[in-house]
Amino acid sequence: MDAKERLAIPPQPMPEQSPHERIGNQREVPQGYGPEAAMKEACRCVRCKRPFCTEGCPVGIDIPGFLEAVEKGDFALGIRIIKRRNVLPAVCGRVCPQEAQCQLGCTVGKFHHDPTKSVGIGKIERFLADWERATGKVEMPTKAAPTGRKIAVVGSGPAGLTVAGDMIVLGHSVTVFEALHKPGGVLVYGIPEFRLPKEIVSREAENLKALGVEFRLSTVVGRTYPMEEVLEDFDAVFIGSGAGLPKFMGVPGENLLGVFSANEYLTRANLMRAFDFPANDTPIFRGRKVITVGGGNVAMDCARTALRMGAGRSLIVYRRSETELPARIEEVHHAKEEGVEFHLLQAPLELIGDERGWVSGMKIEKMGLGEPDSSGRRRPIPIKGSEFVEETDSVLVAIGNSPNPLIPSSYPAVETNRWGGIVANEATGQTSVRGVFAGGDIVLGAATVILAMGQGRIAARAMHAYLLTGRWDDLEQAVSAQGGMQ
Amino acid sequence: MHQILSRETIGPDVCRYVVEAPEIARRRKPGQFVIVRICEGGERIPLTIADADPQAGTITLIVQTVGKSTLQMSRMGPGDLLADVAGPLGRPTHIGNFGTVVCVAGGIGAAPLFPIVQALHLAGSRIVTLLCARNADLLIMEEDLKAVSDELIVMTDDGSRGIRGLSTDGIRMLVDRGLAIDHVFAIGPPVMMKFVCKLTGELGIPTTVSLNPIMIDGTGMCGGCRVTVGDATKFACVDGPEFDGLQVDFDELIRRLGAYKDREKEALEHFRSDCRLGQ
Repeated sequence: MDAKERLAIPPQPMPEQSPHERIGNQREVPQGYGPEAAMKEACRCVRCKRPFCTEGCPVGIDIPGFLEAVEKGDFALGIRIIKRRNVLPAVCGRVCPQEAQCQLGCTVGKFHHDPTKSVGIGKIERFLADWERATGKVEMPTKAAPTGRKIAVVGSGPAGLTVAGDMIVLGHSVTVFEALHKPGGVLVYGIPEFRLPKEIVSREAENLKALGVEFRLSTVVGRTYPMEEVLEDFDAVFIGSGAGLPKFMGVPGENLLGVFSANEYLTRANLMRAFDFPANDTPIFRGRKVITVGGGNVAMDCARTALRMGAGRSLIVYRRSETELPARIEEVHHAKEEGVEFHLLQAPLELIGDERGWVSGMKIEKMGLGEPDSSGRRRPIPIKGSEFVEETDSVLVAIGNSPNPLIPSSYPAVETNRWGGIVANEATGQTSVRGVFAGGDIVLGAATVILAMGQGRIAARAMHAYLLTGRWDDLEQAVSAQGGMQ
Repeated sequence: MHQILSRETIGPDVCRYVVEAPEIARRRKPGQFVIVRICEGGERIPLTIADADPQAGTITLIVQTVGKSTLQMSRMGPGDLLADVAGPLGRPTHIGNFGTVVCVAGGIGAAPLFPIVQALHLAGSRIVTLLCARNADLLIMEEDLKAVSDELIVMTDDGSRGIRGLSTDGIRMLVDRGLAIDHVFAIGPPVMMKFVCKLTGELGIPTTVSLNPIMIDGTGMCGGCRVTVGDATKFACVDGPEFDGLQVDFDELIRRLGAYKDREKEALEHFRSDCRLGQ
């Protein structure tokens, strides 16, 4: 097949539950490719000499390599190629912002002058991971001979799971500490079932267990187990404790009843499975007209969860315009299809309560767009005299998270920045304390699953070099001396 | 999994459990709490640690039956397993010799107050404990508290034991008696803490309270436990659970505690009907 023929193949659609049907259940929205669709989509890749896709991937997956394997129908090879760089393909195929990463530079998308027509790399990645899981024969990487070294991983989110997966394969003994009662971090408490079935996350954790990773759940490092003791008991530590401290707007009325952080609302729904109350004990407030504040993936998750909890109307209030929405295009698209109303260029000024202390309205100011600010996005500017009140019975605050303070506050030896994040060397993940590495949202602030995994991978590689050489001050050189790690 | 080693009823709807939790027993300090999940599908409930035995590897929890989870727990006994016990959470109490300290326990509040009184006593503070309850049946931990207090005064709202009156009457009585109070610790129902703080505020006595708002994770993640302290919003799980009582917005706390009242009732009814079906 030549490039011209490849370019003529239209993007393969992925079957989805209809919007009307899916807001009545928790099941996943896109239902995945079958083998034919995956192979056909893989044929759309024109095999560029310079793979911009791989360059755009934070963990550097050989994307043309696995696409070629899929095109030939060799799915086992395809998933093997992905797993050289990514221990969580079923997760990443679903939640990575591909349009801003691998699919951004895709030649096919550029040829069509339409990034949504890039090769569906994420969809094919998901297909391969699901295919492998369905065969029931998940291929396990070969473990190196035991090194006799023990490492601790604090937090079982995407960064921690990546470190655990890499280090166990390298022959180290790995113990993962998780504060909650299930492994997965944000993958289980934050991302909803309809976007990432929890079954997939628990299978990924099971795979790591099968490789020998020990999980210690409901164990809060910094409380149950002080960092000082962790350091005595292990040869190296990776901190991936995440950005689990919700930000609030700081407007009057924020502590009224019916006002929830996105974390609280989503944790109730996802981790505690409040959508199945009272069969599960944890309740969730089922608002009739729910306003979510924010424009990121978490805001979309909140607004869409609210619909599934029976809201008649679910509104997004965001202070910038649609172009600046930080959410994945697909999430915005799905939210719109399901009937989420986007109230753009609007900012909350105040929450108004009724006589019983429940939120009853949001005073909102309209915004215009000015010059770009430090984030490169056009700065929202309030329009004087534009205030109005939107009635509501619940408000979900999804404007971001700060690094979780538990470890930094209980372990002052580790250097933090002014936002409370742990300072870590970008090339190695090293913190200010010898033997302690960090990565993911505790370093980045609230970012993405794949960036956290990318940092986990970098830290694992450096940690491995540290354990073998004992070098710390010039660890970066020790890592490069060791060469690439698969 | 954490095994329940013993359960003892110490008041109407109040049980004392000794639970196997060696790491928590070793590290807990006064003022800290645990999050317990009884079984799969269970909710995460914060419970204060009333006592611990590091040698035996056990913690003591004193739990009042107020909803589905606590009712379910009250039906468990020695040998039964709790799915999860996470902790110790929260900041420990700042302990020291504070001079003359009045410790006010309201009802079930005696349980979290006990380890604090014990530690303050060891640190050399002079302690007058006011053990208060609505009636004689609801008084708990009298002997435990007596052993670590310089003086223990029992008070009931209805006069069925000790002095008749509210905790605030007790504080006034001590002040009238000429006691120079340096600090007050008050733990009990939010309404009680509110009125204690109103009085001690007027009297200019620094007052520490321990709050138990609704929370899920207990590690700062959900923000459900936020309380207004002075001008700031604080998370009880990581900034507390103890706060300067004179700065706490108790009315807001009381409102927020009622957020899921109807749902809690529903869960309780569901559980009761399930249990009947099971019989």
